[in-house]
Amino acid sequence: MTTASIPAAGGSRRQPTKLRRAVRRNVTAYGFLCGALICFAFFSWYPMVREVILSFQKTNFVDPPKWVGLENFRTIVNDPAFGPAWVNTALFTVLALICGYGIPFVAAIVLNELRHARAYLRFVVYLPVMLPPAVSVLLFQWFYNPDYGLFNQVLDLFHLPGLQWLNSTSTALISLVIVSTWMNMGSGTLIYLAALQTIPSELYEAAELDGAGLFKRIRHVTIPQTKLILLVMLLLQIVATMQVFIEPYLLTGGGPENATVSVVYLMYQYAFNFGNLNAGNALGLMLMIVLMVFSAIYLRVSRDNTV
Amino acid sequence: MSNITVMPDRSAGTPATSARHERRGQRRPRKPINTQFRTAVSPHQLNTTRGRIIYWIVLVIVVVSFTAAFVFPLYWMITGAMKSTEELNAIPPTFLPSHFSLDGYLEAWDLLGLGTLLGNTALYAGGAWLLTLAVDVSAAYALSKLRPALGKVVLALMLSTLMIPPMVIMLPAYLTVKEVPIFGWNLLNTPWAIWLPAAANGFNVFLLKRFFDSIPRELLEAAEIDGASPGRILWSVVIPISRPILGVVSILTVVNVWRDFVWPLLVLPDSDKMSVSIGIASLSSQMPQNVLVASLVIASIPTIVVFFLFQRHIMAGLTAGSLKG
Repeated sequence: MTTASIPAAGGSRRQPTKLRRAVRRNVTAYGFLCGALICFAFFSWYPMVREVILSFQKTNFVDPPKWVGLENFRTIVNDPAFGPAWVNTALFTVLALICGYGIPFVAAIVLNELRHARAYLRFVVYLPVMLPPAVSVLLFQWFYNPDYGLFNQVLDLFHLPGLQWLNSTSTALISLVIVSTWMNMGSGTLIYLAALQTIPSELYEAAELDGAGLFKRIRHVTIPQTKLILLVMLLLQIVATMQVFIEPYLLTGGGPENATVSVVYLMYQYAFNFGNLNAGNALGLMLMIVLMVFSAIYLRVSRDNTV
Repeated sequence: MSNITVMPDRSAGTPATSARHERRGQRRPRKPINTQFRTAVSPHQLNTTRGRIIYWIVLVIVVVSFTAAFVFPLYWMITGAMKSTEELNAIPPTFLPSHFSLDGYLEAWDLLGLGTLLGNTALYAGGAWLLTLAVDVSAAYALSKLRPALGKVVLALMLSTLMIPPMVIMLPAYLTVKEVPIFGWNLLNTPWAIWLPAAANGFNVFLLKRFFDSIPRELLEAAEIDGASPGRILWSVVIPISRPILGVVSILTVVNVWRDFVWPLLVLPDSDKMSVSIGIASLSSQMPQNVLVASLVIASIPTIVVFFLFQRHIMAGLTAGSLKG
């Protein structure tokens, strides 16, 4: 990178060739890079900038766009679904963390202790992750059916009353959390399992010699040793679950009574059902700012602890 | 590149054969539980009678509950497609379909046009795979080995896209596809709408560059002295030794395109251009339950087959991505 500035000094005969070489190397390098630069520019960088611009504009794609200040934000904040969308998204994230964060870690700790059927268990837990999400979600739509769904049939087997699942405001959101956990927990489990296997056995031996019982060993050896990966996964999961879309889109359409409308779902509706793309963008920008906070923490954590 | 090695299987290396020999003479067969790798549970406690009983109870509980949670729904799906509508509504439900038939699957294939949908999806995934490899490998090679001016800035800009949640920029990206700036093309309903954004993947560039960085300089310099051009070096030296990481990137790309929902929902609205997930979802409400379930089974077969074949690569990609993001 510095070679390009050297020939400016002038003098000896070898420098022009050096310059030419540097130019040639850069031309070749950018030749190799140009495909990626085009793809990134059109489909990542420009949309990032445009997201911000569109939020403050009014466009109908016929007339030139108009700057409207905060009008889009006003429209979106005054929507009666705005509050529920954020509350639901936050609630969904918290519930998904309780299920989808705790269960995989416990599962990984247990799997790490087992000496049999390991390959089978690892395979099986990751199986739902491989299904297309639309398949998992539509499968659970069938399971949730109050009349002939699997879940009510199982409840019936134990002589328990059936639930309304997706049709009731009180169970709709938790139903979405269950699908989401089922189809995503495999990756978390395997990542934790990989992290657990890196813990040196001497630490457990030392803890045992000091008289620590099983739960104390987990508390004082396992958890501190996996602290970093736990933190990283926490942040990644928050960012991922706050973008929840496919579950409400396919299962509930945001209902009943806005009980499952999420921020991204509302954004989608503004753009494609209400014909107000700019308001959708404004909502997207709000979500982006919230998620960037978590992303920034994630970046800091993983950079400070580069292994 | 410790990250792309697959985690060791600790169940391997059990002294099974020797234990079996010893067992013959004894009254009570007792194969010790393998404690070669120390974990939280103490190996001494594990091999006491009480420890063994607890271990086996826990093992059975875990195997049964994992099977119930993750395999049984799939079993229910596969058999559900073989049941008639009346049988699906029956209370109590039948555990086995009353008669084995694949009619539900054949009906689903015809009614939903699954041949077209699967063909579309294969086209999107295959093209995305080729384009992503071509674009991201050459970019990572340039950034890692040719080191142009401003290379670090370009890399940082590419990695910065990892920090932007994809759902958030989905609307402006959709507008780009609808009318590509400068060129004015409309890519909606064309495969390019899937292929080009798939290639703009910062994570792939990151994985590939990190691998290329680990290739010793001397190897490339030797080829350079022999008069090989950068393109030739990439093709004949770098790519052959990068097979493991190319495998990981390939599978990540194909599986992601195959599983993606939101993006194809936006950019491929024509019913004869849809990917399989979107096609099934858009017709789901008009289908009888057994036909819909049959189509779900058919749609998941390709990813499950890929998983069977490339399990190691997939799991390697998973840990490579997370342990150091």
